[in-house]
Amino acid sequence: MKLARRLLIGVPFVWLLILFLIPFLIVLKIALSDYAISIPPYTPTLDPAAGWDGFKEFFSQLDFENFTFLTTDALYWKAYLSSLKIAAISTFITLLIGFPIAYGIANTPDEWRPSLLMLVILPFWTSFLIRVYAWIGILSNEGFLNQALIWTGIISEPLVILNTNTAVYIGIVYTYLPFMILPIYATLEKLDASLLEAAQDLGCSRTGAFWSVTLHLAKPGVIAGCFLVFIPALGEFVIPSLLGGSRTLMIGKVLWEEFFSNRDWPVASAVAIILLLILITPIVLFQRNEQKQREQTK
Amino acid sequence: MRKLTWFNTVSLSVGFAFLYIPMIVLVIYSFNESKLVTVWGGFSTKWYGELLQNKAFLDAALVTAKVAILSSTIATILGTMAAFVLVRSGKFLGRTLFSGMIYAPLVMPEVITGLSLLLLFISIGMDRGVTTIVLAHATFSMCYVSVVVSSRMATFDTSLEEAALDLGCTPWDAFKSVTLPIIAPAVISGWLLAFTLSLDDLVIASFTAGPSSTTLPIKIYSSVRLGVSPEINALSTIMIGLVTVAVIIASLSSKISIARQKRDEYMANQ
Repeated sequence: MKLARRLLIGVPFVWLLILFLIPFLIVLKIALSDYAISIPPYTPTLDPAAGWDGFKEFFSQLDFENFTFLTTDALYWKAYLSSLKIAAISTFITLLIGFPIAYGIANTPDEWRPSLLMLVILPFWTSFLIRVYAWIGILSNEGFLNQALIWTGIISEPLVILNTNTAVYIGIVYTYLPFMILPIYATLEKLDASLLEAAQDLGCSRTGAFWSVTLHLAKPGVIAGCFLVFIPALGEFVIPSLLGGSRTLMIGKVLWEEFFSNRDWPVASAVAIILLLILITPIVLFQRNEQKQREQTK
Repeated sequence: MRKLTWFNTVSLSVGFAFLYIPMIVLVIYSFNESKLVTVWGGFSTKWYGELLQNKAFLDAALVTAKVAILSSTIATILGTMAAFVLVRSGKFLGRTLFSGMIYAPLVMPEVITGLSLLLLFISIGMDRGVTTIVLAHATFSMCYVSVVVSSRMATFDTSLEEAALDLGCTPWDAFKSVTLPIIAPAVISGWLLAFTLSLDDLVIASFTAGPSSTTLPIKIYSSVRLGVSPEINALSTIMIGLVTVAVIIASLSSKISIARQKRDEYMANQ
């Protein structure tokens, strides 16, 4: 029994140590190393054969040069700021679109709701890449949207949407919409309708009851949905690379290019470390929100 | 009180139109005769035929299927073990680290996960190929599986297991005949989730794939960068169709099993 328990804990533990924690420490190490034209393209490499002196030598060569470099080159902090801005704005738009949908589903008769929920979840199971790709055909200059708008006479010249930040916003809102709808729906579904009646009996108007009861009680779901959109949007790569233009700056794309095109591993690693540091705050806030919700349901 | 107002109706119709019109347009244009994706040249299924002739896509599809089946199976075993550890194992040295390593990959940006795994494989001198993609996918999927399974286990009545043990089952028998059937739906949905995550992944696969192990998303991405092509539309249509059928079957079968369970409970109460 003891052995079984050890195996049960040990196998996933060792797996995660080797394939999650150690890789992460390697990133940290390379972020503190110097760029070199060699394979692998950085120094120093740790040589365990050299013993203790090797360790001392290794640590003495580590420095924060890459991080100082990130602060001096405007490209990087502009990319961080623009990622934050794009993620924040698209989260807000997703909320504006997602809330009415979640509210609508919560208000439909019981027998309809499972089908509507399935319609929300279905795109989530469909390939992310395909859902982003679908927008290229719609947003391009000769695309479906421009054809429809010109045909109806709303515009005479095609709108340039593809390869701009607008297309990135549309892509993020579209692909992450289910993540916003589901947690909001989960809180609205539990909402006790008699509370709304009570509010109206006590003299609230219907809109007043909505603002002070429905919105207030839906807050945990709204917060959860916002984080579920904001956190992955911040490090997004596929959407800015397919829908955005050359002027769309997002840190996921910068990291990718730094690694694959410039082959500067130390800088790519430093970019990754800073991105994680930025993400820690929203992640901690998100987890606190989840915990609070769990305690309330208990 | 719960009544559909006109506002609800409008937001639902607009919302679902927004969710589905892009995919419908994509599917319609896959049957377009014309090479130009934007001009309708009449109905045709020729792009499907051409897709089936395209060896690069077929090879990539094969690699993807192999990776997805292997990685989701490993992820399900490891993830279920991890769920047991999280829910049942109580205190042990490194528990905080363990649960941290389960939850962290869920919020980790894919570019970072991919980068760190690639650097690991290079530093231990491992050749990149199907194996490295499987290892990478199994690692991040197992965290999703363990979250799905552990949430099911949290509502699990342990007295059933204790009863089996009291009645003379060995722990393994008790696991097989009591625990596993109860958590099976969660384990299956965990496997499905791991499978689709692997099928769908572009970023982590791009970092961990070798030149001979191009997966379907990598292939799609590299051809999409050159612009829209009717072949990709055809491929997307096939994938959307498969997912739709699978989701409908899964939801119907869970509905049937719930109905059967209710009937059994009703009969037992008679």
